Formats: sequence, C-alpha cells, structure tokens
Amino acid sequence: MSSLTEKDRPIVQLLLNTGTCPRCILRFCCVGSQTLYRCPYKDLMKDLKEFLKNNQEKEDTVCSDVVDPPCKRIRLEHTDERPDDLNHNGALQQIPSVNNENTATENSAVEVCNVCLGILQEFCEVDFVKKVCQKVNSADYQFTSFVFSVSLPPQLSVRERAAWLLVKQEMGKLGLSLAKDDIVQLKEAYKWIIHPQLSEELGVPADGKSLFEVSVVFAHPETDEECHFLATACPDCFKPAKNKQSVFTRMAVIKALEKIKEDDFLKHFPCPPGAPKNLCVALEIQCNNGAVFVAGRYNKYSRNLPQTPWIIDGERKLESSVEELISEHVMAEFKADSFNFSSSGREDVDVRTLGNGRPFAIELVNPRRIHFTAEEMKGLQQTINNSSDKIQVRDLQLVTRSAIGRMKEGEEEKTKTYSALIWTDKAIRKEDIAFLDDIKELKLDQKTPLRVLHRRPLAVRCRIIHTMKSEYIDEHHFRLHLKTQAGTYIKEFVHGDFGRTKPSIGSLLNRTADILELDVE
Amino acid sequence: RICVITLAEAHPLLQNGKTITSINYQISANCSRLQNKVSGKSKRGAQFLTELAPLCRISSSDGEEYTVYSCIRGRLIEVNENILSNPAILQEKPSTEGYIAVVLPKFEESKSITQGLLTQKEYEEVLLKRLNSSSLN
Repeated sequence: MSSLTEKDRPIVQLLLNTGTCPRCILRFCCVGSQTLYRCPYKDLMKDLKEFLKNNQEKEDTVCSDVVDPPCKRIRLEHTDERPDDLNHNGALQQIPSVNNENTATENSAVEVCNVCLGILQEFCEVDFVKKVCQKVNSADYQFTSFVFSVSLPPQLSVRERAAWLLVKQEMGKLGLSLAKDDIVQLKEAYKWIIHPQLSEELGVPADGKSLFEVSVVFAHPETDEECHFLATACPDCFKPAKNKQSVFTRMAVIKALEKIKEDDFLKHFPCPPGAPKNLCVALEIQCNNGAVFVAGRYNKYSRNLPQTPWIIDGERKLESSVEELISEHVMAEFKADSFNFSSSGREDVDVRTLGNGRPFAIELVNPRRIHFTAEEMKGLQQTINNSSDKIQVRDLQLVTRSAIGRMKEGEEEKTKTYSALIWTDKAIRKEDIAFLDDIKELKLDQKTPLRVLHRRPLAVRCRIIHTMKSEYIDEHHFRLHLKTQAGTYIKEFVHGDFGRTKPSIGSLLNRTADILELDVE
Repeated sequence: RICVITLAEAHPLLQNGKTITSINYQISANCSRLQNKVSGKSKRGAQFLTELAPLCRISSSDGEEYTVYSCIRGRLIEVNENILSNPAILQEKPSTEGYIAVVLPKFEESKSITQGLLTQKEYEEVLLKRLNSSSLN
C-alpha cells in the first residue's frame, strides 16, 4: 500500500493484532485518500497483511482487479510472550497475536472491529445501503439532494480515545507524535464510503445544505455501560436532564473525555479496547424534509368564523376556522406531517376582512412534496377558493422563512382601515356627526378591554385615530369609516368600555353608542 | 370570567334625592383599594377579595354612609377612579361608566359563582317581595 510507510508498520501490526478493522487502521495512520477507504473490505485486509509481510514499500496494488482472495480469518490467540510495552496502571492486557499463516479454510466470519464496532465494516456494505434506500423510497418523498446524518453511540468516542492512546504510546517509542486531530474522524471516513453509494442508488447528489435528511441512529447495547466510568471520574459533566433517557449523551461523554486525565482514563478503561461480540444495530432509519412556507392574503366574508379553531374543554364552540379552511387543501397537496398557521394580526369572529386581505403564512412541517410550479400554486389557490364562500385567498406563493419575520413586523407598523355600523340611544341628525370628519390624529387612552382582560395584562394603550368619515343612515344609525394606528380596539372606541377607553364615540357624541358591525380592510 | 361590580338598581344611593358627598377607597388603616397593583396575565399582586370585603365607602349629604361590598370572591383588578373625580356618573350611569370595581374570580370558581347570582327576573321578584313585606308592616 503506497499510502503506508515504514513508520506505520508497528501501528498496523499492533492494531491488527488487537482486533481493529482495516479502515480504522488507515484512519489511525492518517491516510487521507478517500478512494482507498472505498475499496472492498476484503481487498483492504489482504493488502494490509501483505504490507506487513514485506519489508519495503510495495507498489500500489490497491483497487487493482483482484479476484476475491481467500478470506483470511484472524484468529486471536492469547499468548504469554507478547512484549510488555503496554504496561499501564493496573490495566495490563494480554495482547493476542495474529495468526499470519495462510489458512486454507474459507471462513467469511469477520471479527467486529474493536474501535468502530462494525460501522466501517458491515455498515459500508451494499446490503445496508440497499436497506437505507428502500426505506427512503418507500417513504415517498420528493427531493433533489440529500444529507445523510448518522448518530453514533457514545461509547465509540471512548473506544476511539483508548485506541489513540495505544497508538500514541507506540509511536512515542519511535520518537513520533500523533495529535488527535491528525487521525481521520470515524464519521468522516464513513461518509466518504457511503455517500457515493447512496448517491448512486438514490440518483441524487449528497449535499450538506440539502433540506432532505436521511438519518440513521446506531446503537450498541452490549457496550452501553462502557461510558459509565466517566460519571465517577467527571461527575459534573453528567447532569440528568428531564427529557433525556440516559445521562450519557454523546456530548456529555465527549466533554468528559476532554476533561479526564490520561492516567485516570487508563485506570478505568482497557487499552486496547476489548473485542465486542456483536455489531452495532441500526435502530432507526428516518427521513425528514425541511419545512416549506406558503404565504398569501385572505379575505373573510363570514361574521361567524374564528381565525383559529375555537375549542374549549374539548368542545368545539364554532364550526371551522380560517386556518382550517385554508390549511386543509395546502396540507393535502404538500402531504406534510403538520402545519403552523400565522398571520399579520387577526380579527374577531364577527368581523369581516375586506379589501386586499390579511397576509398569512403556513409552515409545512416535513412535507413529502416540495416543488410546485406557479401554475400548480394557482390551481391550489383556485381549489381553496372554490371550496368555501366564507374565505377567499389570493397571491398564494412559496416563500422563505425570512418572509414570516417581515410579515410580523408589519403587524405593529401598519395603518388600519375600518368600517363600523354604529347605533346610538338618543336620536342624531346629520349635523350631529359631521364634526367627526374634521377630527385628525385623535389620541386615545385605552385600558385593556374588559372582554379580553381575563387573558391579557392590565395596561393602558395610547392609540391614534388618524381620520374618520361618517355616513348618516337614520336617527339611530350611522356608518363610520376610520383609519387608525395598528392595535387600536375599535369596538371599545365606539362604546367606551365602561368609560375605560377615552375618548370614545359615545363620549364625543354625548350619547350611549354601540357597534353593530365591523369590517376591516 | 371578568366581573364588574356596580350598584344594584334598588340601592338607596340611586334613589331620588341623594347627593353623594364623598367616595373613599381607603377602607381601613392598612388597606386602600387605590393601591391595588396587578401585573401580568395572571394579575399577580392583586388584593384578594371575599364576598364581604368592602370596596369603598360612600357618604351622602344626609349624613348616611354606605359600604359597597365585593359580593364575589376573586382578585381585585381595578377600581373606578373616574367616580372619584366625577361622582355624578355613579348615579347617572351606575351600570356602565359609574361602575365600582372589576374583579377576576378563580377560573375553577367561575361557574359556581355565576350560578349563585340572581337573574334580572329573580332580582325583581326579590324586590317585589321586599316591597310587599314592608307594606304589610
């Protein structure tokens, strides 16, 4: 193997003897060639052994066309005559020797690597790739790229540390050093190997920024307790968190490994790590698509429709809602797990939304379909509009997450236009209400209305009515058009809310006034 | 459920001829309803009222003094300061701008409190009975 040099020899020998797989050996020898890792397992094993047999550097025979060599089974034997260079405090290990002789027996059993627990072995093979892709294809997602994320059991970090200390010591004898950062990371090597295979099978490229995530969680229950010693050595790293099952999370283990001193580590953990009986298991293979956002404007023509579902104690008080009427159809198209509906402000159940409509956005969580042409969006808009006369939507489009922030900003800053139908107890004549048209920038002090006081803090709000225009109807009715600051309680401005909104139409007209109908534009 | 406390229809102060001389929210040496301060959605810091807790004392020109009671258990949200500056509205608009106080009962007690109140009709019957019994004397 041309990537390995003389100085690597003792390391390779050592690691192979202790039950480490070829790819992990390459990692600890800081081999950075991605293609090398992608070679078939058997070839790598064969080449390593040949490297050990030869005294000088061999020509690059990696990845050459070699008919499947007879697989040599590594038989681990305990021997008493092994050099005692690994005499750590109390953790003296018997190092097994490798049976270098060619065995005639074709035995395909491969020992599970003591460092990667099979990740760089079994889980790089075609069978596993096919399994993952089958899961992806059956989940029926629309995607143009993927990101593959892997969750490894924390004990791998512990074993990695043990292996590093082992190699470091061995290299120390040669007067060489090995920094932790020089070693190729397990996850990185794994991705080198599996990304091209997944990519080919799925037909799309791997992309770190992709919204489509395929995730696999690995576990190795057999060795789960290997981390526990860290709790006694570094107790402050392991605080029980409410929603985590185990205190030994990956992050906590890594933190503890950074803190623990070498000597302490070697006291508690065997170096080299012991041979495991079983492979890791792939617990879950899951797919997830990043959220997409659909935005638009809605008009509300019903005086009997809440914006969000009105349910008290499990009982629905009013049928349907703006949110449901719109989202129902959007969800059907995007096939998402769930949605979040938000809008720039809202109106009461009995208030109509006219004019251009109120901006809204729907976040679709984990959608199966994400690509829609402008035509298709128009079609969806039409479907929604055809389904109900209570609401209508317009300008339906796909937007980015940042659009929602901008939409919410508008809530505070906009000027609102209203039309109110007002009743008075004492009779009015046209002249009595004419003066309202001349009032500009009227300042109001509104205490939190009684009708919302049970769920809002008590406060006084200063709001401005910019302009008003009145339309006389009869002795007890007139229509008032207003342009006001956002956040003004119009109903309270009309009836005065027990004198807690000052001034009010009632106080301005010196009558008792009440609001019969309200529309917002 | 928010409750607004007002003077009942039949209250002496709302009968003809009474002039209010003063309204006092200081109900004891340590307690003034004017000092009630609430914060947040759950109205923390509010003075807690029981049915017989006094809200204010009102004096009329004929020397009488009337104490208005809460009649409802709950947190005192606010008292009407407008009637201090303009006592007339207490008599002119007792059910709207002349309210006395706003109280927020505990969520769990809301229903039972409502059930313990009289409807307009039931109240009128009570008044009628009162009238009849007094005329019999």
